[in-house]
Amino acid sequence: MTKFTMNRRGLLKTVGAGLTTAVASPLVLTNRAYAQQFCNNPGDNDPIIGFNVPQTGTYAEEGLEQLKGYELAVKHINGEGDGGMINTMQPTALKGNGILGKRLRYVTGDTQTNTDAARDGARRMIERDGAVMVTGCVTTGEAVAQQALCHELGVIYMSGLTHGNDTTGKDKRRYGFRHFFQGYMSGVAIAPLLAEEYGRDRRAYHLTADYNWGWTQEESIMAATEALGWETVRAVRTPLGIGDYSQYLTPVLNSGADVLILNHYGHDMVNSLPQAVQFGMRDRMANGKQFEIIVPMFSELMAVGAGDAVKGIIGTQNWNWQLDDAGSRAFTQSYGAEYGEPPSQSAHTGYVQTLLYADAVERAGTFYPPEVIRALEDFEFDGLGNGPTLYRGSDHQCFKEVLVVRGNEAPTSRFDVLDVVGKTPREDVMYDPAIFGGELGPYEPNMC
Amino acid sequence: MDAILAQLLNGLDKGGAYALIALGLTLVFGTLGVVNFAHGALFMLGCFCAVVFRYLLTIETVTVDPTQLSPWGAPVEVRTPLVQSWLGDWGAFLVDYSVPLSVIFAVPVMLVIGIVMERGLIKHFYKRSHAEQILVTFGLAIVLQEIVRSFFGANPVPQPIPADLRVAADVGVWFGMEAYSVTYPTWRLVYLLFSAGVIGAVFAFMRFTTFGMVVRAGMADRETVGILGIDIDRKFTIVFGLAAVVAGVAGAMYTPLLAPNYHIGMDFLVLSFVVVVVGGMGSLPGAVVAGFLLGVLQSFASMNEVTSIFPGIDQIIIYLVAIIILLVRPRGLMGRSGVMES
Repeated sequence: MTKFTMNRRGLLKTVGAGLTTAVASPLVLTNRAYAQQFCNNPGDNDPIIGFNVPQTGTYAEEGLEQLKGYELAVKHINGEGDGGMINTMQPTALKGNGILGKRLRYVTGDTQTNTDAARDGARRMIERDGAVMVTGCVTTGEAVAQQALCHELGVIYMSGLTHGNDTTGKDKRRYGFRHFFQGYMSGVAIAPLLAEEYGRDRRAYHLTADYNWGWTQEESIMAATEALGWETVRAVRTPLGIGDYSQYLTPVLNSGADVLILNHYGHDMVNSLPQAVQFGMRDRMANGKQFEIIVPMFSELMAVGAGDAVKGIIGTQNWNWQLDDAGSRAFTQSYGAEYGEPPSQSAHTGYVQTLLYADAVERAGTFYPPEVIRALEDFEFDGLGNGPTLYRGSDHQCFKEVLVVRGNEAPTSRFDVLDVVGKTPREDVMYDPAIFGGELGPYEPNMC
Repeated sequence: MDAILAQLLNGLDKGGAYALIALGLTLVFGTLGVVNFAHGALFMLGCFCAVVFRYLLTIETVTVDPTQLSPWGAPVEVRTPLVQSWLGDWGAFLVDYSVPLSVIFAVPVMLVIGIVMERGLIKHFYKRSHAEQILVTFGLAIVLQEIVRSFFGANPVPQPIPADLRVAADVGVWFGMEAYSVTYPTWRLVYLLFSAGVIGAVFAFMRFTTFGMVVRAGMADRETVGILGIDIDRKFTIVFGLAAVVAGVAGAMYTPLLAPNYHIGMDFLVLSFVVVVVGGMGSLPGAVVAGFLLGVLQSFASMNEVTSIFPGIDQIIIYLVAIIILLVRPRGLMGRSGVMES
C-alpha cells in the first residue's frame, strides 16, 4: 500500500503547477473559446454576408452597380470565374476556395436610399439571416447608420460608396471600415488643378445636397478653394432628390459668382448639372472671366446620365476602369465578361471591400471580429487598382492615390465619359485623424 | 432688375406646369364632383408616353463586329437605329424631336386611358363620399405606378431636349438689357408657351363650342340639363378623357426638365391639390390664376435676398399661402360660394 506524504517541497510544486496552469489556460483555450462567443459565428456552416445597397430611390443605379461588384467578388472568392483581382492582390491569403475553406454565401437588401431602411435591412441581415459581415451603401447617412448598428451588435461593416468625412471621422467605429475616398481628399486633390485651370481669383457659389455627405463635402471643398484665394459668395442647401433645380439656379446668375460648385451626387447631379448648362452658365462671362461649373465628386454613371453637360467638367474619382494597372485591367476584364460593360467605381469599391474582408479572415484564421479587425488595421496592400494602399488603423480609412478627372470632350464610346487628368499621391491626401474627431471604441464584441 | 426678371420667368414657367396639372384636376371635380387622387398618375402616364414614343423611334438592330474588341475581349456590338437607317436625316430629326412629337402620340393614348378609367371605375363612385373617392382613386394611382415600375424599373428615364433648343435664350436683350444679363433655358420658355397654349385651348373649347357650353351648363345645374334630354353623363366621360389628355401632354413635355420615374405623379399630386384649393375647387380660371401665382411666389421666395432673411421660406411658401387662403376665404380665390367651404 502506498503511503501519501506531503512535505513542504511537494506542496510548493503542486501549488506552483496549479497556478501556472490557471494563468496559462486562458491563453491556451482562448483560441477555441472565442470561436463560440461572437455574433453569427458560422461554426461548421458556410458563412453568410449581407449586401445592403440602394436598389430603389435616388441612388439606385449606383447601388445596383455595387451589388454586381459584390456578386462578382463572391464568385471569385469561391473559385468561380477567372479570379479577377485575387490574381493581382499583394499580399493575399485568398486561394479561391472560399473563406477558411468554406463556401461564401450572401443575402441582399434594398436600402431604398434611405437611412432608416438601411439600418432596418442591416438588422434583418444580422438577426434573421445570420450575416457575419454587412457591407454596402451609396450615402454617408446609410453608412453611418449601418456602421453604428453593426458596431453595437458586434458585426463588421465594410462600407460601400460613402464620401462624407464623418464615416471615418466623428462617426467612426471599431467595426466599420471604408475603402472609398472622402470629401477632404477630394478637396486636396482637386485644388491644384482648379488653380491651374481657373486661377486664384474666383468667386464660388455652392449648391449642396442637404444631408451629411453634402455638408462635409461643402466644408472640405470650401476650405480647399478658399486656401487657393477663392471667395465663397454663398452656399445654398438643396433638398435631396428634388429634381427641378431651376429655383436654386436662377439666383446664381445674379449673385456675382463666376464658379458654380455642385455638391450633388447621383440623380441630384444628373439633374442639376444639365439644368445649370441649360441656364447658359457655361456660355456666360462673369467678373470678366468664363463662368465655370465644378462637380467635386464624380462617377461614371452620373457622367453618362448627365450626357453632354459633363464635357469639360472637373471632378475627382476613387477609381476609373480605364486605369492601366494590372488590378484595374483584371477587374475590368472579369466584370466586362460577366456583365457586358465596364465597371463603375461603385462596383469596384464593393468588390474590393469583399476581397479585403475575406483576405483578413483568411489571415486571421478565424471569423472572430476582433482578430479580423486587427488583420485589417494598418494592412498595406497593392494590386487592387489604386496603387499601394494603407488601411489606416487609427480611423479605418483607406489611403491611396486620388484621381482628378474631367468630362471627356470627345468620347469614343458611351463608356468613355471621363478622362483621368491627374493623380494626387497618397501622401498628399493623408491627414491627422484627430481633425475629424470621433472614437473607434473597443474591440471586444457585443452579442447580437 | 435682371434678378427680378429671371425669377419672374422662372415663376411663370413653374406656374405653367402647376396650372396645367391643376386644370384637369379641377375640371373633373367641377363636372363629376370627384376628388381624383389618380390625377398625378395620369401626369406620370403622360411622361411615359414620351418615353415609349422615343423607345419606338430608337429601336435598333444589333450586329457583332468581330474585327473590333472591347476592353474585356468581347466583340464590339454595332447598333443601328432602324428609323434613322430607313429615313435618313428625316429619321434623325424625328428622334431628336421625339419629346414634342410625343404629344401627338399622348393625346389619343391618354384620351382612351381617361375614358376607360372613368367608365371602368370612377363612375361607380359618383354618389359615394369624397373620402371613398379619395381612397379608390389613390389605390388606382398606386396600381398604375406599380404597373409602370414593373415595365420601366424604379430609375428615372431621362429624355433629351431637341439639339436646337438646348441653348439658353438671352432674354435680357429682348428687354433692352445688357447681353447675358438674363439668360433662360429655351426649353423652359417653350414649356411656358406650351402651357399657355393648352390652357387657352381648353378655355376656348369650353367657351366657344356647343360641347363646352353643355358641359358648363351641366356643371352649373346637372339635373336641368338632363331634363332637357342631353346625356350629360356621356359628356362628362369625355371631359374626364379631356382632363387625362391635359395631364398627359403636360407630363410628356415636362420630361426633358425632370427625368420621369414611376413616382413622379405623386410628387406633383399634393402640389396640384394645393393649387386647386387655393384657386377654388371646380374653378377653371381659379386653377390657372393660383398655378401662376404660387409658381411666381415660390420663385421669388427662393431669391437670396429673401432666404437670407427667412431661411427655407421657398420650401414652405406655397403651403403657407394655402393655409392663409383656407382661413380667410375657404372657397378659394375664385371658387363658387358653398363649394367645399364647410
